[in-house]
Amino acid sequence: MAKKVPVQFTLNGEERAEFVESGATLLKALRERHGDTSPKGGCHQGTCGACSVMVDGDLVLSCLTLAETCEGRDVSTAAGLSQDGVMHPLQRAFLDGFAAQCGFCTPGMLMAAKALLDENPNPSREDVVEAISGNICRCTGYEPIIQAVLSAARANSHVAA
Amino acid sequence: MPLSLQSFPTVGEAQSALSAGAARYMGGGTLVVRAANEGDLSFETFVRATDRSLREISVADGTATLGASVTMAEIARHPELSTIASAARAVGGPAVRNMATVGGNLFAPAPYGDFSVALLALDATVHTGGRELLIEEFLAGRDAFDGIVTSVRFQLPAADAFRFAKVSRVKPKGISVLSIAAVIEEAADGTVGAARIALGCMGDRPMRATAAEKALVGKTLTEDGIADAVAAIGEGTAPLTDAVASAWYRGEVLPVHFRRLMLA
Ligand SMILES: Cc1cc2nc3c(=O)[nH]c(=O)nc-3n(C[C@H](O)[C@H](O)[C@H](O)COP(=O)(O)OP(=O)(O)OC[C@H]3O[C@@H](n4cnc5c(N)ncnc54)[C@H](O)[C@@H]3O)c2cc1C
Ligand code: FES
Ligand code: FES
Repeated sequence: MAKKVPVQFTLNGEERAEFVESGATLLKALRERHGDTSPKGGCHQGTCGACSVMVDGDLVLSCLTLAETCEGRDVSTAAGLSQDGVMHPLQRAFLDGFAAQCGFCTPGMLMAAKALLDENPNPSREDVVEAISGNICRCTGYEPIIQAVLSAARANSHVAA
Repeated sequence: MPLSLQSFPTVGEAQSALSAGAARYMGGGTLVVRAANEGDLSFETFVRATDRSLREISVADGTATLGASVTMAEIARHPELSTIASAARAVGGPAVRNMATVGGNLFAPAPYGDFSVALLALDATVHTGGRELLIEEFLAGRDAFDGIVTSVRFQLPAADAFRFAKVSRVKPKGISVLSIAAVIEEAADGTVGAARIALGCMGDRPMRATAAEKALVGKTLTEDGIADAVAAIGEGTAPLTDAVASAWYRGEVLPVHFRRLMLA
């Protein structure tokens, strides 16, 4: 039996504490111990980006992050994007812009897009392409995703203005 | 045996745990955790040191010191490291850059190790528990290295002296076909006073292009001036064949990209 270690962090703003197997990935801990199946396990090699989450505001790959290294840190996932049943502007833009087909890449894409908009609310097309460059989508051809991120940014800057 | 992680507040304690065997040091984990996910059974324990100094960037009197745990993203956004930011930005996509460390990049096998190609051109020194190695020495012996790298140090080049190119097929973040880093110092008369050129994917680890360096000194960065260096750039290389490119292809395109970089 693998040694179990207690790990405490906040998940989408909520305090969480769980025993995880030492050496287990954050992806595994989130999905199997915390019931958050929004990060997807695509490749487990860092290549597809489907498992992308944010730790202390930085986009990381949960398949290559050990859960224990998140002790005391702030983890956010696509499951935390909507608030009180209201979709995040990025989710709304993905839905309206047909930026998802099978949806497997979508949670990772949303987190990569969120990391971009948190830092740069008014990105260029090139910035968006760069921001999602670690995320693979087999369905959409990327263009609808790029347009959705740009339109979410525009909608937001409109609200802020 | 199941895997486990051991974190230590100091490098010394981590070194002891590492020496105890069946353990691998973990920087950002992008390569070691991937190896574990792929079923690498050569180690049972991930070891890491959380010492704050490993995360520090300092720039003083033109010398930059980067702690081994400093990430590519931190380098890319540091205002005093803007001259070399292009090399840090060449590593992976945004999530990889948030995790990938300087220390780990030194060990990354080709086609990885883009930032280390820059460190080689920059004539960096590699610091490990009290010892200081020239980067060439370090790279030559890295397969047998069983210590912990604590930092790298180099002179920051003048803004226009550092040139870097990563060639990849998938833009913007594909794996390297090859990478080239160069520190070119031009004398007052416009000729090249000194040149250090390093190549990635042209061997199993970053290597110097010494014949091209020699051919550049005393010349100008013009089509005629660089002709001998372009002809010599592939000398001594043993390019890699992998899923991205064959050795033949790498050998063919190296002079093309080197020429562009010198004339840029
Ligand atoms: C999807 C993906 C894309 C990538 N793209 C690129 C790319 O474009 N360019 C590129 O250069 N790399 C790339 N990489 C490889 C890798 O992310 C980087 O090379 C990174 O810098 C490795 O650092 P790390 O801290 O994650 O290494 P780790 O995985 O933590 O460690 C790698 C090796 O170095 C050893 N090590 C790490 N730190 C130390 C230390 N301080 N002292 C002693 N030993 C140490 C470890 O024991 C291990 O053997 C990519 C990886 C992935 C998964
Ligand atoms: S599952 Fe993590 S990058 Fe593919
Ligand atoms: S919508 Fe299917 S992978 Fe992107």
